[in-house]
Amino acid sequence: MTTQNPKKAQATDMTNEEAQALVESHGEDQYLTFVMDDEEYGVDILSVQEIRGWERATKIPNSPGYLKGVINLRGTIVPIVDLRIKFNLPKVDYTPVTVVIVLKLNFEAGERTVGIVVDAVSDVYSIGEDELKSSPDVSNKKNSQFIRGLATVNEKMVIILELSKLLDDDEIIRNIDEN
Amino acid sequence: MSIDLSQFHQVFFEESFEGLDIMESGLLELSPDAVNSDDINTIFRAAHSIKGGAGTFGFQLVSDFTHVVETLLDQYRAGSRPVTQSGVDLILESVDVLRALLQDLQAGSSPDTSASDALKKQFEIFLSAETEPEPSSYSEEQSSSQRVTPTQLESNPDSAGSDSGHWAIVFKPSADIVQTGNEPFRIIRELSELGTVSVQVQTDRLPEFTTLDPEQIFLYWHIQLYASCTKEVVLEVFEWVIDDSKVDIEWVTDQELVTVVDNQQTESTQESVMPATEAIGIDTVPDETTENQPGESQKSMDSKPVRAAAVETQSIRVSIDKIDSLINMVGELVITQSMLGQIGHDFSVDKLQRLQEGLMQLEQNTREMQESVMRIRMVPISFTFSRFPRLVRDIAKKLGKKINLQLLGENTELDKTVMEKIGDPLVHMVRNSMDHGIESPEQRLAHGKPAEGQLTLNAYHQGGYIVIEISDDGKGIDPQVIRKKAIQNGLIAEDEQLSDQQLQELIFHPGLSTAEAVSDLSGRGVGMDVVKRNIQELKGTVELVSKVGEGSLFRIKLPLTLSILDGQLLRLGDETFVLPLTSIIESIEVRREQVSTVAGETDVIVLRDEYVPVVRLYEVFNIEPVNKSLFDGIVVVVESANQKIGLHVDDLLAQQQVVIKSLDTNYKRIEGLSGATILGDGTVALIVDIAGLLNIVGDKIDQTSVAMKTAS
Repeated sequence: MTTQNPKKAQATDMTNEEAQALVESHGEDQYLTFVMDDEEYGVDILSVQEIRGWERATKIPNSPGYLKGVINLRGTIVPIVDLRIKFNLPKVDYTPVTVVIVLKLNFEAGERTVGIVVDAVSDVYSIGEDELKSSPDVSNKKNSQFIRGLATVNEKMVIILELSKLLDDDEIIRNIDEN
Repeated sequence: MSIDLSQFHQVFFEESFEGLDIMESGLLELSPDAVNSDDINTIFRAAHSIKGGAGTFGFQLVSDFTHVVETLLDQYRAGSRPVTQSGVDLILESVDVLRALLQDLQAGSSPDTSASDALKKQFEIFLSAETEPEPSSYSEEQSSSQRVTPTQLESNPDSAGSDSGHWAIVFKPSADIVQTGNEPFRIIRELSELGTVSVQVQTDRLPEFTTLDPEQIFLYWHIQLYASCTKEVVLEVFEWVIDDSKVDIEWVTDQELVTVVDNQQTESTQESVMPATEAIGIDTVPDETTENQPGESQKSMDSKPVRAAAVETQSIRVSIDKIDSLINMVGELVITQSMLGQIGHDFSVDKLQRLQEGLMQLEQNTREMQESVMRIRMVPISFTFSRFPRLVRDIAKKLGKKINLQLLGENTELDKTVMEKIGDPLVHMVRNSMDHGIESPEQRLAHGKPAEGQLTLNAYHQGGYIVIEISDDGKGIDPQVIRKKAIQNGLIAEDEQLSDQQLQELIFHPGLSTAEAVSDLSGRGVGMDVVKRNIQELKGTVELVSKVGEGSLFRIKLPLTLSILDGQLLRLGDETFVLPLTSIIESIEVRREQVSTVAGETDVIVLRDEYVPVVRLYEVFNIEPVNKSLFDGIVVVVESANQKIGLHVDDLLAQQQVVIKSLDTNYKRIEGLSGATILGDGTVALIVDIAGLLNIVGDKIDQTSVAMKTAS
């Protein structure tokens, strides 16, 4: 589960243009979906570096609650964010099926590797750009800005996340800028 | 021909900077009274390499400028012009200009030529002014050389002022010219910059295809250069290849052939001209092609700097013996590995002894290897020290002081990163020493000291640290002057009792180090707070010993490397933290009678004669501890920047070397932590940054010390 797929790693190295070219040639993006509180969320598969089981993270003192800590990912220190806490969903205990999706995200300060804790990984879907519907104006603006759009796959709704935005307004990045 | 030269740019820049350093140190050694021809040769060679490299890579600006410098150096070398201080100064200035030019080019920006143009004019004036008295002897000596001075240029009768002719050049490179790193194409391109060029390639020397050696050149060229320049200028282009190639250059007017003197191959010139003109018909290259070539190279040159800036990587020169020892070490590691592999292959309990031995050997190999890998990053401090002779010379001149600089321990090695970061603080301190420390010669004589001030830079290893000392025999730092200033600035209360040492150390306080303080204060104080901060960022310390009238000594202590640290592991709740071992003074179990509470909140322990405030680490880090009481657990007394505090932790674990990993690669920097490390079991442990921790708890401790003072 934790072995790195070199092809996938290569895929994440693609620049936006390349990814764009891929979209144009296929007309649709692939999304890895995961489940949290019975909802299905999707992330751009090109940003996924690997999926690993939950393991205890080292807590960082005085960090926000959604930051579970940092782990050792083959020698680099990677922060782990609990998406449930971030989205104000009820907390659950971590089980053996709790997974961490390690993502390479482009922030203003550069590319960073971040892990997100989710309940379980679900599926991979191909979704065309035109199938994405903008999310309805939800009351909780803070959370809705992380949503790129909604898509219906097999009569089920999938929430496609905009990950760079997810952590963008985040303290993580703000503090980096301050430093 | 389409080799991308830009990949070598970095090397060129590095070599050029090295060359400039050589020139600089050589020039500083050079005294007009006793000229050593070896020195001049060294300087000349350095300049010549820079010029050649710049020409090859198309940095015309640099090569043009270096050429003028080289001309003067060549005269010095040939002895045709006496070495004067003003000439040396001029060359020194040109070293600065060249460095700036190269830095601009390296950064990919278009260089500012105003300084180089101005200096070039100065050079030309200088060269023409002093050669005139002895023109005859000079040209005689120069007749064997291809180089020419501007004076000669102007007076050269060969100078082709008329347009009614051209230079006919036959360029027959030796077959192995490319192996010497010279490229005919570059030469032709350079020619094309002088004027319009028409080139015919001659293929009659080409052997049969089956016998062709692709690494040799069988082609030769007939070139017509339509330009009104002197023969010397044309020869200059062939400067690098003239020794092993056949180059004939003739001025052809419409009426007749004017044969001009050439190098040793003059005789062959006559023979080859005729066949050359006959051969023009073969494989004629029209004008437009040659025009295209420079155009293309121009284009690629324009795009190059941008790319160079993007791929700019740092490199380091490592002596071969370091690499050899590393290879040895790896060899031993392989042996140990195969030994362990064999034991593991058919393991039984009776081999346990051997397994343990093997593991011990592995541990030793690993440690040795780690050490030698670290040594690769180590460079002698002379890289930093070498800039000081020049600096001291210039500043001393400006200040009208006589200062003798002594450099000691130049071969002391330290990490390259540390060295790069310590450079500026050192310059600052040296400048301060010269400006505020060492007195003017008159003052010195009046105080019974020799007129020449002594400034010493010393570096040596001590434990895991490198110590750099900057000492002078100047007037020292007067604590009373500092005291007055500090009271004025509200740094200390009027009736505050401070020792001289404490007062002197106030110069590191930001409140005192204003620009104003410099002019008012006869001591030092510009930006010493910045210096101190820089040093602290490197996890180092700075001390000051100063005696009024006798001088001052700054002692900087820096860790040898920033990437590995000796750590003390400690437990706090469920978490493991690492403390830098070097900052730990002692660890104690506190007894009740040792503790008193100051101002109702901060605990202070009495440690021998000192009061040390205690910080509960679990409070700072918001961690649920095992022991909340000071009397359980352990208090680790640490020191940073001469401030001691006790850290209350649950337990001490092992000591080990840890590799520092940055937290801000993927997250951010966190106050109080200098990074993280990965422990033997693969988990992450955070490294406590004592200086940062002091910042967090600083206010609280300040209050405590104030309270303690009022109490006493």
